[in-house]
Amino acid sequence: MSGSGKAKAVVLDDVAIDRALTRIAHELLEANKGAEGLALAGIVTRGAVLAQRLATRIKEIEGTEVPVGTLDISFYRDDVATRLNPEVHRTDLPFDPDGRCVVLVDDVLFTGRTIRAAMDALMDYGRPSCVRLAVLVDRGHRELPIRADYVGKNVPTSSREQIKVRLLETDGEDTVLILGEDGEE
Amino acid sequence: MALLLRGGRVVDPSVGLDEVCDVLIRDGLVVEVGVGLTMPKGEEVDCTGMVVMPGLVDAHTHLREPGREDEETVASGTRAAAAGGFTAVCAMPNTEPVADEGAAVRFLLEKAETEGAVRVHVIGAITAKQEGRALAEIGDMASEGAVAFSDDGHGVADAGTMRLAMDYIKRFGVPVVSHCEDTALAGRGVVNEGVVSTRLGLPGWPAAAEEVQVARDIRLAQLTGCPLHLAHLSTAGSVALVRDAKSRGLGVTCEVTPHHLFLDEDDITAAYDTNMKMNPPLRTAEDTAGLLAGLLDGTVDCIATDHAPHAAHEKALEFELAPFGTTGLETALALVATHVVAAGTADWPQVAQWMAHGPRAALGLPEVRIEPGAVADITIVDPAQEWVVEPGGFVSKSRNSAFLGRTLTGRARDVLIGGYFALRSGKVVV
Amino acid sequence: MLSNKHILGMDDLSADDIARILETAESFAEVNTRRIKKLPTLRGLTVVNLFLEPSTRTRTSFEIAAKRLSADAINFSASASATVKGESLRDTAATLAAMSCDLVVVRHKYAGAPRMLAEMMDCSVVNGGDGIHEHPTQALLDLYTMKRALGRLEGLRVGIVGDISHSRVAGSLVPALRKVGATPVVIAPPTLLPSRPDVLGAEVAWDLDEQLASLDVAYMLRVQMERADGMPFPSLREYARFYGMNAARLAKMKPEAIVMHPGPMNRGVEISADVADGDRSLVLTQVESGVAVRMAVMYLLLGGADSGVAA
Repeated sequence: MSGSGKAKAVVLDDVAIDRALTRIAHELLEANKGAEGLALAGIVTRGAVLAQRLATRIKEIEGTEVPVGTLDISFYRDDVATRLNPEVHRTDLPFDPDGRCVVLVDDVLFTGRTIRAAMDALMDYGRPSCVRLAVLVDRGHRELPIRADYVGKNVPTSSREQIKVRLLETDGEDTVLILGEDGEE
Repeated sequence: MALLLRGGRVVDPSVGLDEVCDVLIRDGLVVEVGVGLTMPKGEEVDCTGMVVMPGLVDAHTHLREPGREDEETVASGTRAAAAGGFTAVCAMPNTEPVADEGAAVRFLLEKAETEGAVRVHVIGAITAKQEGRALAEIGDMASEGAVAFSDDGHGVADAGTMRLAMDYIKRFGVPVVSHCEDTALAGRGVVNEGVVSTRLGLPGWPAAAEEVQVARDIRLAQLTGCPLHLAHLSTAGSVALVRDAKSRGLGVTCEVTPHHLFLDEDDITAAYDTNMKMNPPLRTAEDTAGLLAGLLDGTVDCIATDHAPHAAHEKALEFELAPFGTTGLETALALVATHVVAAGTADWPQVAQWMAHGPRAALGLPEVRIEPGAVADITIVDPAQEWVVEPGGFVSKSRNSAFLGRTLTGRARDVLIGGYFALRSGKVVV
Repeated sequence: MLSNKHILGMDDLSADDIARILETAESFAEVNTRRIKKLPTLRGLTVVNLFLEPSTRTRTSFEIAAKRLSADAINFSASASATVKGESLRDTAATLAAMSCDLVVVRHKYAGAPRMLAEMMDCSVVNGGDGIHEHPTQALLDLYTMKRALGRLEGLRVGIVGDISHSRVAGSLVPALRKVGATPVVIAPPTLLPSRPDVLGAEVAWDLDEQLASLDVAYMLRVQMERADGMPFPSLREYARFYGMNAARLAKMKPEAIVMHPGPMNRGVEISADVADGDRSLVLTQVESGVAVRMAVMYLLLGGADSGVAA
């Protein structure tokens, strides 16, 4: 497809990302009827950043500290034998998931396989009362029966396109881009 | 019938011969050597570009018969010898059973008479079953034609036993061939003790384990007056001991093998190639240089193959379990031609000395010369032929060569034994 | 994901490989603290522990590592196998190859045996100790333990004390330390050193006491009591007097210096009981690290060659 690559387009800018996270924080609190029993588990690496930001929002809104952890799903992937995560990070859940409502946080929801792995990982730590899913972008093309409870923005894409989430903490800027079909940036 | 070897470079240092000329053979004897020879009736063999030399003798061959006919037999081993340019081999006694009595010598000589492609000389054991204790029936074997005595494969551990054997053997006028290995020092060693043993985590076999027995046996030769031939010397230190002994006029001779000359411990890599497992082990580059220097200055009398055929499934074992040794009959001459002659270090007269005259003198075998009246045991070498050592190319029953894959320059083309072809145009014909 | 398909010796691993294994092991160490210690990672893959020399400790460590990753771990040990009946290693390899396993861990009495296996099999081979040659996963877990305890590897001075010439642990640990920028010092009487210790690339010392003050780690090797060819020193008592780690020697070391031992220990010989059980001994940490490091090795060897981008 070389030569036919579409120019990159900005899907969300920094203001839009900020707005989306604030809205998700409100929706979370509303659905949970407050911050009680809530915990956030961000999927490395950008999901973990987003989870941290959501916790900050919740603190601003409710004045309550919600426990935040990070989940590395490398060891739970269903394709280890063919594709290996080059970097394995530590899972760090500073809370007991038992009886809590744990919100998985990720940047992009695509096939759903990452979320499936994240749920398996989470279950190995305990038995949450419920698990919810919050994502910044839902780009469709699910391969598993998985649906996000909280979505920053739905972005219809072709399966050949790429969504690139860049965050201040990891990439020096807040933006979500859609890349051309050949992935050129 | 007559045979005229036409136009080869005829080399025999024992008669001061090195010129392009013809050799006329009739009834198994050399009858004339000169330029432009003619014969009324017979066959002419074009030897242009070839080297014509006295037939080579291997002073150290394991024919494996009786006992391990799966590895080699008198028939296959002597054919391998012919293919490698040899007109005679000296068979070592470490067979199953050990050749430690007259009947064993007779068996082998009769077998060689009927099935052998080249001449076979038999070396008998020094001690019964080569156990290093009681003397073998040395006189019985000598009477049947044994040319020397050796416990090759093992050192004779006890100095008193060795002294006794040498004292006894000297009345038969044949040499003791000593395999120098102090087992207390060599231990379970499988490679040279030093860099390679440290690098590969393999038990080491130090140079001193050879040298202390070389020194001991030289002293015993002096004490007893028995001629001593030292087998397969592997260290520069051993050569220095022999040099010293010779300078003192002692009756000591020695041999080195092509693998100790042309391989060293660095050839044993992390591949753990068991074809590189030798007894004595491959030593250092300094040692190979010392062996070559010994050949060049006459300290080392001859090159012997220590042809040690082994079954593939046994060489396929773990390095520490696999048997020692490499085949050598079919590569020895070519290795010398490649690494010594083609390399410019020495010339064909010296090769004739090391591989034809040296071994005969060391073991008291009948002399062979290229002069009228001499037995026509002759090796004709194509010094320019390039060939690759390949597992499928051996005449020997075994393929455990340490030189597999090497490209060599020079190869025996014809071998004449008593005027008859054993090898002709590179094919074994008996 | 590693430079080589096999880990037969430290030569197979680059400094980057070592760093990756140690990092990955940290994640697995976290898993080993959980209530549910099992991961689905290597589900459906088969790991064969081919132990042709008895070693309960190492075999168990590999077995636990494989099981925690959900691989099917099969133990093929000398006592139960055909090797005692004279089956050659090549026959065993052919048999295993026909069973299409994914990873073979081999412990063997003779050096070079893992390489023979690797040449004969399509799957990855990990050397679980070959003769007196190498034991690379032990070196990796030792590096991991040192790094966790001391916060770094580069610049550490590690004294390896004891039977260097017959130690596969030293055979791997010395090159491993060099690869990560640490300084190995082998400390032993000359009768326990290889004939060319310079080849190892380690500093060589005969006197332990002279070295104590400069060491960050004292790594005590096991004295092999079962040697057939006799002890290469006069008595255990004399050995302990010159080369045994004890409270008095520990007191001469840096305050943060640690003591390690690959196990099993001969208390009172190469290490006194009080030091072995004291808070500066990392012996149990080493055992614990062994599982995490071996999980990391299996994960990185069995993970696909094509690294892919996370979906």
